[in-house]
Amino acid sequence: MKDRSIHILNFVGLGFFEPAIRLAAGEETKKNLIALFKKVLLPVLAVGLFLILWHAGSSYLYNVEKDFKIETARIASGNSGVTTELERIETGESSINSLPSPVAVLGAFKTLLADHKEINLKKEAFALKVAPLNEKNLEFNRVNADKIKEGIAAKKKPIKYTGRPSFVDQIFTSLKTVFAGFFLALFLAVPIGVVLGLSSTLRSSFNWLIQIFKPVSPVVWFLLVYMIVKTFTLEYDGDVSFIISFIAVGLCAMWATLVNTTLGVSTVDKDYINVAKVLNLGVGQKVFKIILPSSFPLIFTGLRITVSVAWMVLIAIELLSQSPGLGTFVWEEFQNGANDSNAKIIAAMFVIGGIGFLLDKLMFTVQKFVTFTEEATT
Amino acid sequence: MEGLKELEEVRRSDNGLFEDKYMLDISQLTKIYPTPKGDYVVLDDLDLKVKHEEFISIIGHSGCGKSTLLTMIAGLNPISRGTIVANNQTIKGPGPDRGVIFQSPSLLPWMTAYDNVMLGVKQVFGHGTKKDRDDIVKYYLSKVGLEDAMYKKAKELSQGMQQRVGIARAFALKPKVLLLDEPFGMLDSLTRGELQDVLIEVWNQEKITAIMITHDVDESIFLADRVIMMTSGPRAKVGDILEIDFERPRLRKDVLEHPDYYKYREHLINFLEH
Repeated sequence: MKDRSIHILNFVGLGFFEPAIRLAAGEETKKNLIALFKKVLLPVLAVGLFLILWHAGSSYLYNVEKDFKIETARIASGNSGVTTELERIETGESSINSLPSPVAVLGAFKTLLADHKEINLKKEAFALKVAPLNEKNLEFNRVNADKIKEGIAAKKKPIKYTGRPSFVDQIFTSLKTVFAGFFLALFLAVPIGVVLGLSSTLRSSFNWLIQIFKPVSPVVWFLLVYMIVKTFTLEYDGDVSFIISFIAVGLCAMWATLVNTTLGVSTVDKDYINVAKVLNLGVGQKVFKIILPSSFPLIFTGLRITVSVAWMVLIAIELLSQSPGLGTFVWEEFQNGANDSNAKIIAAMFVIGGIGFLLDKLMFTVQKFVTFTEEATT
Repeated sequence: MEGLKELEEVRRSDNGLFEDKYMLDISQLTKIYPTPKGDYVVLDDLDLKVKHEEFISIIGHSGCGKSTLLTMIAGLNPISRGTIVANNQTIKGPGPDRGVIFQSPSLLPWMTAYDNVMLGVKQVFGHGTKKDRDDIVKYYLSKVGLEDAMYKKAKELSQGMQQRVGIARAFALKPKVLLLDEPFGMLDSLTRGELQDVLIEVWNQEKITAIMITHDVDESIFLADRVIMMTSGPRAKVGDILEIDFERPRLRKDVLEHPDYYKYREHLINFLEH
């Protein structure tokens, strides 16, 4: 049981719990205490130190702005101005938008979650309200199926909730976009990488293009994709912003995988290639039985970088495309400039960081499943 | 027209019957590596004939071109001049008619021992039934003493076990010629002895014409019918040939106690030291 849980934890990249489990099992107390201190306590202390510095920094910045406002009021209208200004600050009428404190960010978190619950209730109420109408529409579609086919009658669409999305909805939109972008990158970069890796002629033919496109920034990718997709979606009334943002994310993030796949395929151990030659394996068998498996470690390192890059550029791209994800959330909060906007932005920052970390761990686990070397790069 | 072709076929196979006294005929083989300072001649007009069911070993100093010779026979290394005829066919490239056991086991580490052998067996016996192929793989893996480790991943096996899989893989393809490139060079001496026994045991049953490169004098005497001594490079040739006249099947103990053993050994060592 103990060994099994340790094995699983190590496998999913949570190996730092290992000493705690060993300690609970009463194994080598001193050694495991030291390990626990190193792996768990020190990181916790580092987080604590960070919070203290953050708090100190934010209250310093707050005071600087507050003093400035009061001073401005004193110069403008004397001591009475100072009292009214102090009152206005107290009530939040005159907002001080500096770096929010950790407590404010925690508060923003709670607000966001409460907001999510509220919106969920609204959605449920809405769904109940429109349910009969939607059923009627479906019934209409069923009865008039022939007419719709012939183009005489218009198909009635179900009525959907069109209110503001909650923070949690936006997280899921972002995840959807990043996964779609990741799979686009996967299906583009791996096959192209394999082909380029197999042929040195093709490799040198496309080298310049790859070198030029690789460092292009997400904003430019977005604009490029927008130019092209816009033309194709002139008559499409679906979610164009989603299409544009996932394609831009995919194109932006695929380069690490492309380069790594090419490298992995072009540097397969010569012994393996000799085996393929001696056995007279066909091209298909050579690629699928020998070349791909032996380049899996490098391909997966590339895919992990791709996921990280995809998540990183997603925020910028969503911000531009107005796709209702976290990027848009951050940008709207910034434009909004309410009292707790900054705190919400920082809250979103932690969510973005946390999800990025989880995505990387997920890829790490998948990588361990499919590659043959134990020493996968961490 | 059709009849003529058939006649041609018959004539060729007849010729084969009469002329295949030699399984492998190497004549005037030359290998030149071009370098910026001019051509570097590794092998120069090397001649060698190997009979059916003969086990020969090639011994010589490092860098004399032994491995070059073997890779050329395997078809992995282009020939500069001369010809190699294996089983009455001039070789043009690698093929499963010449099995190779490499110095490093060269197994695919992500596959099981079974799958490593099956990869080749599928290629050579693609026409047979699945059951046949399964039997072949299992037969050879148990021959080399791996019946219990068949389904282990190659990376989980020790070097010695991996090389056993290498031996099973080579024999399972039923090649006409077996090429061994210092197959036990990376093993410790105990494991090496074990694997020599495994190799000779399987070989005694299959009698596949074998050419083995080695550094080890005792190994070459124990395994081979003839030991080919190569002169030091560059421009290496066959320097001397020693016939080993022990009866087969050989047992290590009998060989070591044979009065001729030290005579052979001295002959080889003398050659290598001068």
